Amino acid sequence: MELVPLLLKILYAAIMLVVVLTIAGYSVLIERKVSAYQHGRIGPNRTTTPFIRPIPVIGPLLTRLGIIQLPADGLKFLFKEDFTPPYVNRPFFWAAPLIAFVPSLAVIAVIPFGQYTSPLTGEMIPLVLAPMDLGVIFVLAIGSLSVYGVVLAGWGSNSKYSFLGGIRSSAQMISYELSLGLSIFPVFLWMNAPGSDAGLSLSSVVEAQNTMWFLITCPLSAFLFLVGIFAETNRLPFDMAESETDLVGGFHTEYSSFKFGLFFVGEYGAMAVGSALFVLLFLGGWNFLPFLANPWPAGWIGSVLSVLWFLVKVVGMITFFVLIRWTLPRYRFDQVMKLGWTVLLPLAIANLIVNAAAVAIHDLW
Amino acid sequence: MDIFFILFALLTVVPAFLMVVTPNPVAGAVFLILSFIGMACLFVLLEAFFLAVLQILVYAGAIMVLFLFIIMLLDVREVEKLRPNTVTAAAAGVSLLLLVLGLIAVLAGDGLSGQLLSALPAVPDYPAADEPLGLAQKVKAYGYGLFTKYMLPFQLTGILLLIAMIGVIVLSKKRAAEEGAESAGADS
Amino acid sequence: MTAADFIPVLIQILLAIGLGGAILTASVIFGQRARRNRIKDTPYECGMPPAGPGRTRYSVKFYVTAMLFILFDIEVVFLIPWILSYREFLVNGIPIIGPIAVFFGIFILGLIYELKKGAIQWEK
Repeated sequence: MELVPLLLKILYAAIMLVVVLTIAGYSVLIERKVSAYQHGRIGPNRTTTPFIRPIPVIGPLLTRLGIIQLPADGLKFLFKEDFTPPYVNRPFFWAAPLIAFVPSLAVIAVIPFGQYTSPLTGEMIPLVLAPMDLGVIFVLAIGSLSVYGVVLAGWGSNSKYSFLGGIRSSAQMISYELSLGLSIFPVFLWMNAPGSDAGLSLSSVVEAQNTMWFLITCPLSAFLFLVGIFAETNRLPFDMAESETDLVGGFHTEYSSFKFGLFFVGEYGAMAVGSALFVLLFLGGWNFLPFLANPWPAGWIGSVLSVLWFLVKVVGMITFFVLIRWTLPRYRFDQVMKLGWTVLLPLAIANLIVNAAAVAIHDLW
Repeated sequence: MDIFFILFALLTVVPAFLMVVTPNPVAGAVFLILSFIGMACLFVLLEAFFLAVLQILVYAGAIMVLFLFIIMLLDVREVEKLRPNTVTAAAAGVSLLLLVLGLIAVLAGDGLSGQLLSALPAVPDYPAADEPLGLAQKVKAYGYGLFTKYMLPFQLTGILLLIAMIGVIVLSKKRAAEEGAESAGADS
Repeated sequence: MTAADFIPVLIQILLAIGLGGAILTASVIFGQRARRNRIKDTPYECGMPPAGPGRTRYSVKFYVTAMLFILFDIEVVFLIPWILSYREFLVNGIPIIGPIAVFFGIFILGLIYELKKGAIQWEK
C-alpha cells in the first residue's frame, strides 16, 4: 500500500474523530442550554476569553450562547486532581474509561454522512470512510462492547454504588440490545428485494428513502429503535448507570478528572452516533424531505449541502434526546427490565412477523 | 498482509495465554474478550466478514457478559488464593497434549474434508459468481444454504436454544423456591 | 469488498484508542496533586464509614437475564441471513414461509414460557 493514500485515510479518520467529538462536546452545551430553557434559567452565559470579549456584537453573543464553555470544561477536566483511590483494582479502574470511550468512536468509520453526485455521469456516491454492506450489524456489534466499560468500572472501583450501577446498567444494556436489533430488521426485509444487493448497508438505506422515509412506512420499528437507543446510550428515562437519586453517580462514583471526562465524552459520543443512526435509518439521512426530490445540485456544492442537512438532522435528534431527558422521569430498575422483556421484545418480534407477512403478500400477489 | 496476520495472531494468542495463567478470574475474562477480538480480526483477514462480526456480537458482546456476571458473583479474593491442585494441573497438561496431538494427526491425514457435509441431501448451491461477491451477497448465499440444505440442523438449533432457555428458567426458579423456603423457615 | 477495505476501520479504532490514551496521560501530567488522607481514601458511601466489602453479592436474576439474552441473541443472529434472502426465496418459489414460521414458533414458545414463569420479574 502506498504511503500517500494511507496518510490521507489517517487524515480523514482524524477529521471524523474531531467532528464527532465536537458534536459530542457541543451536545453538552445543547443539554445545558435546553435544560436551562426548560427550567426557566439562562444556562452557561459568562465564560469568555480575552480575545473574544472585545469583538463588537459577536463577542458578547458568543459569550451569551456559551460557545466558549466547552473548551473551559475540557481544561477544567484536565487540570483537576487525577485521583486514583487506593482501594480500587488499578488496571481495571484505568482501562474502563478507555473501553467506554472507544466503541462509540470506533464505529464512525462506517457511518455515511453525505453524497456526491458526479456532474458528468450523474452517479451518486455516498460519502463514507469504509463503505461496508454489513454496516448496521457492524455498528451493533462494536456497540455491544461498550457494556464492558460500564461493568469493569463498576467492578474495578470496589465501591458499592459503583458496583450496583455497573451491574444494573449492563443488565439493562444487554436486555435492550435484543429489541434494538430486531426493530431494524423489517426495514432491511423490505429493502432486500430480489436481485438487489442493498444488504445491511447504511448508505443504501438512505438511497431507499429517497422520497419516503422509513419513519412513515415503519413507524413501530422507528419507535422501538428509538427506545433501544435511549437505553443503550444510558440516557434518561433509562439512566440505570448513574441514577443519582439512588446510586449517587452509579458506575463512575469513584472517578475524577479526565477519567470521568472520558465516560462523559463517551456517553455523548454514543448519543451523537445513535442520533446519526436514527437519522440514517428512519429520517432519510441526507435526503431533503419526504415526498420531495433532493434539491442537492451535482458537484461538491451539493455534497456540502447534503452533509450540512444531515448534520442539521443529527443536531435535531440530539436536541430531542435532551428534551426527553428533562421531560420524562427515570424508570425504576425493575420497571426497566419489565418494559424491555415483556413489552418491547414481544412487540419487536410481532413487528417483524407482521412485516414478514406483508412482504410475502406483497411479493406473491 | 503478513504483518497484519502476525499482529492479530499475537492479539489472539497472547491474551489467551494470559487468560490461562492469570490468578484473577475477571482479568481472565477480559483477556478472553481480547482474544475473541483478535480472532475476529483474523476472520476479517480470511475475508469471512460475517463470521467476524458475529464473533464480536455473540462471543465478545454477549457470552462474555454472562461470564463476567458469574465471575462477579463469586468472591474473587477467595478464588485468587486458590493454588492449582497438582493432580488437576497434570491432568490438564495431559489432555492438552492429547488434544494437540489429535489435531496434528487429523490435519496431517486427509483433514476433515467434509465427509459429513457431503452426506446431506444435494440441493443446488447459490449461483456461483465469476467475480468475488459483496459482503451482503455472501451472507445471502449463506442464508440460501442455511434455509435449504441445512434446514434441519437450523431448526434443531432453534429447539436446542428453547431447551436451554427452559433449563435456565427451571434451575433459577428451583433455586428461588429453595431460598423462599429457607427464609420462611428462618422466620418461624 | 476485501480485507483491505477494513483499513479505515482499523485506523479509526487505533486513533480512538490513541486519543483516549493521550487524554488519560495528559490528565495525569497536568492534573493537580493534592494530599491524601485516610478519609479521602475510603470508598464513597454518603459520608458514612464504609460498611462491609465493596463488592456485594447480588441477585441471581442478573445471571438469568444474561443467559436469556445470549439465547435470544443467537436466535436474532440466525435471522440476519434470513432477512437478506427472504424475498429472493419468495420470488423464486423456494419454500421459506413454513420453515421460518416454525422457527418463529419455537422462538415465541421460548418467550411465552419465559414470561409465564416470570423469569424476568424483579419485584416480588
